[in-house]
Amino acid sequence: MADGNPSADEVKVKDGIDQNTVDAARALESKNYSAGFSTEIEQEFAPKGLNEDIVRFISAKKEEPEWMLEWRLKAFERWLQMEEPDWSNVHYPPIDYQDAYYYAAPKKGAKYESIDDVPEEILETYKKLGIPLKEAEVLLGVEGAADSAADARTDTDKPRVAVDAVFDSVSVATTFQKELKEAGVIFMSISEAIREYPELVQKYLGTVVPQSDNYFATLNCAVFSDGTFVYVPKGVRCPMELSTYFRMNAQGTGQFERTLIIADEGAYVSYLEGCTAPMRDENQLHAAVVELVALEDAEIKYSTVQNWWPGDEEGKGGVYNFVTKRGDCRGDRSKISWTQVETGSAVTWKYPSCILRGDDSVGEFYSIAVTNGRQQADTGTKMLHLGKRTKSRIISKGISAGNSDQTYRGLVSVHKKAEGARNFTQCDSLLIGDTCGAHTVPYVETRRADAQLEHEATTTKLSEDQLFYARQRGLDEEQAVALLVNGFVRDVIQQLPMEFAVEAQSLLQVSLEGSVG
Amino acid sequence: MLKIENLVATVGEGEDAKEIIKGLTLDVPAGEVHAIMGPNGAGKSTLSYVLTGRDGYEVTGGSAELNGADILDMEPEERAAKGLFLSFQYPVEIPGVPVMTFVRTALNAQRKLRGEEEVSAAEFLKKSRAVAAKLKLTPEMLKRPVNVGFSGGEKKRLEIFQMMMLEPKFLILDETDSGLDIDALKTVSDGVNELRDPERGMLVITHYQRLLDHIQPDKVHVLANGRIITSGGPELALRLEKEGYDGVLSEAV
Repeated sequence: MADGNPSADEVKVKDGIDQNTVDAARALESKNYSAGFSTEIEQEFAPKGLNEDIVRFISAKKEEPEWMLEWRLKAFERWLQMEEPDWSNVHYPPIDYQDAYYYAAPKKGAKYESIDDVPEEILETYKKLGIPLKEAEVLLGVEGAADSAADARTDTDKPRVAVDAVFDSVSVATTFQKELKEAGVIFMSISEAIREYPELVQKYLGTVVPQSDNYFATLNCAVFSDGTFVYVPKGVRCPMELSTYFRMNAQGTGQFERTLIIADEGAYVSYLEGCTAPMRDENQLHAAVVELVALEDAEIKYSTVQNWWPGDEEGKGGVYNFVTKRGDCRGDRSKISWTQVETGSAVTWKYPSCILRGDDSVGEFYSIAVTNGRQQADTGTKMLHLGKRTKSRIISKGISAGNSDQTYRGLVSVHKKAEGARNFTQCDSLLIGDTCGAHTVPYVETRRADAQLEHEATTTKLSEDQLFYARQRGLDEEQAVALLVNGFVRDVIQQLPMEFAVEAQSLLQVSLEGSVG
Repeated sequence: MLKIENLVATVGEGEDAKEIIKGLTLDVPAGEVHAIMGPNGAGKSTLSYVLTGRDGYEVTGGSAELNGADILDMEPEERAAKGLFLSFQYPVEIPGVPVMTFVRTALNAQRKLRGEEEVSAAEFLKKSRAVAAKLKLTPEMLKRPVNVGFSGGEKKRLEIFQMMMLEPKFLILDETDSGLDIDALKTVSDGVNELRDPERGMLVITHYQRLLDHIQPDKVHVLANGRIITSGGPELALRLEKEGYDGVLSEAV
């Protein structure tokens, strides 16, 4: 737990933090938000406001089967009876749910047969964000060099990423579908999946985050517009990274995407999510639901670089990011790993969690969160240990600057049958300036005496065991702490797939070394 | 080499402080291997922590010298630089720090404290490969974070790896045999035996005779209730194995 109160006029730089770190964090201030442009394109909106007809409208737009519509309506009915939660450490004016659009799509059709049909404005948008949607560009990184995409496919040195691009409420392009299909991997927008693989969707949708889970999740169930569906069949290691880039463009529109990823027995998939939004004066609501299911021996790695518009320095505008992300380690020896680099949004309320149901299953949460300006973030994770010998690891690094406020909120819960469960939690905070705050709220519940739970909040509380171990080998206390901290930061950075790590670095440019004081 | 005289030490602080070592005297000359055996709660692990300077263990009486230098006032890392090495009963996981980075940092830190030059990367790599091969550790394992995801046996082998890389003057092996299968026990023992040297002393803490089949001690001491109750040659360990601690202890008292 740390509350910032360094001296007044100058930014107090802690030992071990170089000036570059401070500068880099400052550079993140709002005027430098490079993704803040908006795209001029004709769009089709649902009528403003939220009622049963809107839910029907969205479902009809998506040409959904009857069961899907009923599912949405049921959720909507529940939502009407729920109240917006207020327990988190974030403050924002009441949201008028009737004063928003719940569906926006580029006018010329929602889905395109081929990449060539995608309107140039949208292609340009993604290109400007550094996300080329043409496969050749994805492969080769440069235009004009695309004479032979086939050659590039055999070039194993280059990381390849398949992209599903979601523009406001619809998925506009999904790359590498053919190659993925050959591997048996289903990677498409969830709207398509509902039509093409209804039995799979029906089997898993809402099984990790139930309809009635929380206010924003329930709202999402009613009005979710698009998102990504991934199914990796038994024993298949997904041949490339999969990713979705969410772009909020339309004014006054909420984005409610829904992601469902299933790794069948022994399967492996690494998935990346990136988000940006234009700078707008009003607040935009983003209430997504992400569900992950890992069956026996399966592994899912989910990485996010969240760079929604955070609002200006006075706190005007910005995205309200109220997201429910949860993974279910349903099978024995399954593993789910969340890695997030959070730099954006005006208000973030987000706890990517793991239900460790299978024996020997493993859940991980790695997070770097940067808040600046008037940003508020209340984020963390929940690790629910149900199975035997389940292990979880939480590494959270928070950097607050400006007038921002950041809370780590975590729950580690060890249930009665979770024999030999282990958790390691490390939360570190770095404060830059004298007007920001950082708070750590870790909850631990255990119903087993043999559970091994470690929580470290500051360097002074670094595991005594580790410290002594390192000192016994000859490192003095300072060296030992530095080595351990470097190790922890490395964990988070290393969890990011290569190409994403580069993006995260360019976004952060923040050296986390010495972030623990 | 290691000279302990009438050592008294407590664990815990203030009113909770409990005396665990109650006047222990022990002399391990250079070139010898001494075993310390004893029942649970006798103070075996406490002795190893007191000697290496762990926080929470307070010396309230007696002395301990390594090659004539009083080690009890030194920081843990200074003792390490003097050549004191503890192979942990429960080696600690250090997430994010690869084995190679860890050991090289440790070696250079020790050398710096001793006023020696750092080892070159090439030299270090060459040696680590040779040592790893002897201990059947793959180069891949050395890239992994220290002890993270290692099995019990792998962790113990990694302790011996560090020992062989750091080349300490005096080794304390705390229950190194626990969690080892027969093959791993052999590998670990071979590593330890390779370090036997006229200039080097060893203290082997164990419950069981089986480790001493592989690492033959010059002397065996029985530790009970914070004191050395009886000492003898290797045959004492065999007797303990047959008669149990109760038999030997009742006779000694």
